[in-house]
Amino acid sequence: MAGGLHLEGIDYRFGARQALDAVGFSVAPGRFAALLGPNGAGKSTLFALLTGLFSAPSGTIRIAGHDLSRNPRAALARMGVVFQSPTLDLDLTIRQNLSYFAALHGLSGRDAARRIDAALDRLGIADRAGEKARGLNGGHRRRTEIARALVHGPEVLLLDEATVGLDAAARQGITDHVHRLCAEDGLTVLWATHLTDEVQDTDRLIVLHEGRVLADGEAGAIRGDQPLKARFLALTGAPA
Amino acid sequence: MSAWLLALRAIAWREALRFVHQRERFIAALVRPLVWLLVFAAGFRAALGLSILPPYQTYITYETYIVPGLCGMILLFNGMQSALSLVHDRETGSMRLLLTAPLPRWYLLLCKLAGATLISLVQVYAFLAVAWAFDITLPAWGYLAALPALMLAGLMLGALGLALSSLIKQLENFAGVMNFVIFPMFFLSSALYPLWKMAESSELLRDICALNPFTHAVEMIRFALYLQWNGPAALWTALAFAAFAALALWGYDPARGLMRRKG
Repeated sequence: MAGGLHLEGIDYRFGARQALDAVGFSVAPGRFAALLGPNGAGKSTLFALLTGLFSAPSGTIRIAGHDLSRNPRAALARMGVVFQSPTLDLDLTIRQNLSYFAALHGLSGRDAARRIDAALDRLGIADRAGEKARGLNGGHRRRTEIARALVHGPEVLLLDEATVGLDAAARQGITDHVHRLCAEDGLTVLWATHLTDEVQDTDRLIVLHEGRVLADGEAGAIRGDQPLKARFLALTGAPA
Repeated sequence: MSAWLLALRAIAWREALRFVHQRERFIAALVRPLVWLLVFAAGFRAALGLSILPPYQTYITYETYIVPGLCGMILLFNGMQSALSLVHDRETGSMRLLLTAPLPRWYLLLCKLAGATLISLVQVYAFLAVAWAFDITLPAWGYLAALPALMLAGLMLGALGLALSSLIKQLENFAGVMNFVIFPMFFLSSALYPLWKMAESSELLRDICALNPFTHAVEMIRFALYLQWNGPAALWTALAFAAFAALALWGYDPARGLMRRKG
């Protein structure tokens, strides 16, 4: 697959513990893929590998066609990331946060300003651009982080538990926004979560449990006639 | 402007903004050496007799002697302070944001180091200005000649902080670094007393001081402030910078993620 996201044979150990065991899947360009797994499934480890923070001893990761271990800069340039823990500088304004990130990606001046305006507009927070991040609620901070991850025009967007700590309305808002980014802008999205209600039937679904891929396919097909939550609990062997 | 320069400018700009937002840090960084200069030195000037030693060409007051050491102290504290904020950055995730930028990791860490060093230099010159106001003056061109020496010393101590931040899992407070890095480095150096004075008490301590890269950073600054070049001190400081930077790069190597997580 030329674009999108492709993983193959990813292993990772923390000492004696196998955190990821032969993990592999592909997400076609423009698809929303949910990486669903309970806490401790290996989602954050997988994200650390996908973003180059850890390096995998074996296997291949390709971001928009670029091998992460052979050509990390090209791969990272095509990737937007929203980490689980907040990464906004709270003493800076939204615009300053985005400008800093844009510069890290080689963007400045009018080009950066135009992209920042477009990203903020896309996430519906353009009117808050001059406010300090500290003054924003959790939902708006997350939107700001998503807007920031879009500034450099990535082809692949990775979000690690992006709705943690948000109320139901904010969660729904963020999930819908990201689905729209996929449908309207053709972004490839990998959305890590442990919450089944964030997954839609038409999404690609990858269920990760104890470092292994238990299921990989369209969410509607995987759940069958059961609610996804019940199917997920049955797959992972957790009590309902 | 190239992507590399843009990143350097952005990282330095962010460090500067953070510095502006932390006025108490600036005041603390300034008050600490001033207390040493105006109180400690005043008390000890009678107790510690100094002979004429290079780069000085005449007898000098104790206050004058410790100025380069106090410049080093500012750089040392800032290096460790940035280690503390780097651990914080790592825990809050903003370090992740930096390290996922599409530039080589060594360059991103170097930018971080350069940004922190620039902030340290502002503080050193603020200190020198206050010292000057209290009539503790240096050769006029010395202020300019010391700039490269201060930069190299700042980079070396910043690299030490960076290496520590990568190796220390959690830095709950400053006490550990204070006890095990700042105090030994500062007191086992020529910042407060010349090495021959230390040798009068203990040859071993003098030898330890002579190995301490902070001693060489202070001596390099001292000579530069008096428009003289101290090659061995500069070389020792540069070597220490290279060693600490290599250690920091190793510490931030993605392949070592395993060891960090394992703790």
